[in-house]
Amino acid sequence: MRLRLILFCLLGAFTLPLAAQDRLPPAPYAYQLLNDPAKEARAKALMEELRCLVCQGQSIADSDAPLAGDMRHEVRSKIAAGESPDAIKAWLVARYGNWVSYDPPFDGATALLWLGPLLFLAVGGWLAFGRFRRGASDGDDIA
Amino acid sequence: MKNRWVLFVPLAVMGLLFGAFIYRLTTPAETLIQSQWIDKPMPLFDLPPATAGVEGLKSSQLADGKPRLVNVFASWCIPCRAEAPQLEALKAAGVPIDGIAIRDRPDDVAMFLNEYGNPFDRIGSDMQSSVQIALGSSGVPETFLIDGKGIIREQIQGVILADQVPEIVTKIEAMK
Repeated sequence: MRLRLILFCLLGAFTLPLAAQDRLPPAPYAYQLLNDPAKEARAKALMEELRCLVCQGQSIADSDAPLAGDMRHEVRSKIAAGESPDAIKAWLVARYGNWVSYDPPFDGATALLWLGPLLFLAVGGWLAFGRFRRGASDGDDIA
Repeated sequence: MKNRWVLFVPLAVMGLLFGAFIYRLTTPAETLIQSQWIDKPMPLFDLPPATAGVEGLKSSQLADGKPRLVNVFASWCIPCRAEAPQLEALKAAGVPIDGIAIRDRPDDVAMFLNEYGNPFDRIGSDMQSSVQIALGSSGVPETFLIDGKGIIREQIQGVILADQVPEIVTKIEAMK
């Protein structure tokens, strides 16, 4: 019984992961930096702002997923070819929507996010103002 | 002390908040990222053949007047195996299908076709996912419906199921 359990565990240890991935090496610029440090810095800044499509909580700079590697290759190749980071971002947003960016623009979907703090501040100010005024008129609140 | 009910407002707000949390925990958000590159022309590409004995795929070949499917797949993609019978059925119904093999090796593609059949007229090899990215595709398998002018009309994410086949045939017929 115990032997069987041990054998079973050993078998488990040697199986291949079920989620298949390709067997190709990473694209050239997936892990290789650009020679020009200024260009690499621009590519790096953009890659940190782009969201990985497969592992959705990570930027493509952080992810080891093959598709993220291919996206880094895409970004670095385009930067090396002289494209601006803004143009590359626009190119990707045209394909994947604002979802692909960690810095989405101000629009209907993000308005509450940007204006929320101001809204809360206004409500808080209004409440506090009401409180102070009542305090002043009643007088007896303050010892 | 009027407006005693005001005291319950924080409790109600917290209740709503927790309700929202529980709702999202039990019904997770949709994680499929749909392509925005719809009703737009196929991006320009010229892919080499994915394996010996098949033709490669050029974007210019997709604007020859015949609506068709472009199936983005890979030999290492397990769901793609489950999709093979549906692609065969589509082909049998007269729908032309071209393939784009993602990050694949010629030998592996040959083995895949050998085992699961070859419904493809042409198969381009996209070694660095560049065409996949240009299509706004985020995984395999995905299928794009292309009209005769080479305009992408629809994206289907994930495996095509058997009951989707007639609908796809109708849509392709309607584009003729």
